[in-house]
Amino acid sequence: MTLPDQLPNDVPAIEIVDLRKSFGALEVLKGVDLTVNPGQVVCVIGPSGSGKSTLLRCVNLLEEPTSGEIRVEGIDVLDPDVDIDRVRARIGMVFQQFNLFQHLTVLRNLTIAQQRVLGRKKEDARQVALANLQRVGLGEKVDAYPAHLSGGQQQRVAIARALSMEPDMMLFDEPTSALDPELVGDVLDVMRSLAASGMTMMVVTHEMGFAREVGDELVFMDQGVIVESGHPREVLAAPQHSRTQAFLSKVL
Amino acid sequence: MYAVFVAVIVMVVLAADWGRLQRVFFQWDIARDQLPEIITIAARNTVLFTLIAFGGGLAFGVLLALMKLSTVAPYRWVATAYVEIFRGLPALLTIFAMAYAVPVAFSFRPPGGAVGAGLIALIMVAAAYVAEIVRAGIQGVPKGQAEAARSLGMSPNRTMFSIILPQAFRIVIPPITNEFVLLIKDTSLLFIVGTTPAMKELTTYSRDAMNTAGNATPLVMGGLLYLMITIPLTRLVAVLEKRQARSR
Repeated sequence: MTLPDQLPNDVPAIEIVDLRKSFGALEVLKGVDLTVNPGQVVCVIGPSGSGKSTLLRCVNLLEEPTSGEIRVEGIDVLDPDVDIDRVRARIGMVFQQFNLFQHLTVLRNLTIAQQRVLGRKKEDARQVALANLQRVGLGEKVDAYPAHLSGGQQQRVAIARALSMEPDMMLFDEPTSALDPELVGDVLDVMRSLAASGMTMMVVTHEMGFAREVGDELVFMDQGVIVESGHPREVLAAPQHSRTQAFLSKVL
Repeated sequence: MYAVFVAVIVMVVLAADWGRLQRVFFQWDIARDQLPEIITIAARNTVLFTLIAFGGGLAFGVLLALMKLSTVAPYRWVATAYVEIFRGLPALLTIFAMAYAVPVAFSFRPPGGAVGAGLIALIMVAAAYVAEIVRAGIQGVPKGQAEAARSLGMSPNRTMFSIILPQAFRIVIPPITNEFVLLIKDTSLLFIVGTTPAMKELTTYSRDAMNTAGNATPLVMGGLLYLMITIPLTRLVAVLEKRQARSR
């Protein structure tokens, strides 16, 4: 795959136009427009059922949108001629339930896609995996199986697994929602340092502190639409819309 | 309650005509006559036939399971119809059809003669059961596993073979072992196809030896040999199930 190291700045990392998604008769996304620029950290908040996770999962087509446009680095992912697997290999994704491969060691979790998808040599894949495990502070866990790790450790391994593909951007789907409160901090620390390194990130979260501190933009969704967006400090301190105010008064 | 139990046991032991029972069911000289053939031929063939039927049934059954879960509707229809038919028919009827009707109808000479045809029938029946077990196993792997694999850029096939199937097999080890035990016993159905002395499995051998000797001793020996194979395996299934319950 020959890709330019540095994308032209005027091509958004993610560009979503009038995205709609229905599950049967239930319309979950009712026309969403969103742009994430390279290096930006966009946090998406909103009540459960607002469609924020569905929006995130549409970006790498884990959910098939009903209509609308999604471009990732300028590539129309809904074009049937586009090889979606190649696009996905450039988008790291972290799930609420971690989804580590239970039958594989931590190391193999990190190397299998490098070898099978990117075609890396075993030893090269191992080096990349070890470097990323160090990065999330779990270098000593290479040979452990996921079941023997705490939730926080599993999630950090999941982040390392995504990073081992050396993606251009990362999607986080409520990465700390399934964790015990005392384990949330370690995961947020890893995400914070990732943001500081310039990674493009789209984060669906309930962590308002993280959004305020790390986010470049905060998007508030409710009932399938983006109600309000802007700089996190401004949105959190002075929400303009009554639905945003009502939501924030409950969670803050 | 224990007193009643002990009393019944004592009464049965006293009432039984032990000499006669031994004459009918276990005479040492007849038992000696069965050795070593009952082990070197009959038990060996039972194990061999089971392995062939199980190996074939497993491979074919996994294929059927994948067809049942295919996004291509005709594959699903074919697999579903197959499973329904061969789970619904008695194995004995299928063996009979494969050994006598199918070769005539399609002028097809099964490898290994009538026993070979019977084994093909056992493979076909086992595949139907294995397909259902494996399908349940695949569906028992959490959906997030496939999503994680796809999000890393793995193709649907790569995801199935590297991520889903290995985990599905762990889930189905107890029911698949159970199916194996059932197959050991189902090889006895091959007795209806008639066979050469070298191809006899335990049941056929025991039945024929019983007729020759005019005594049930070979049948008892055959039964003991089945139990020596099946009981360790069913204990193994219990251990595996317990271990799996713990890891959940």
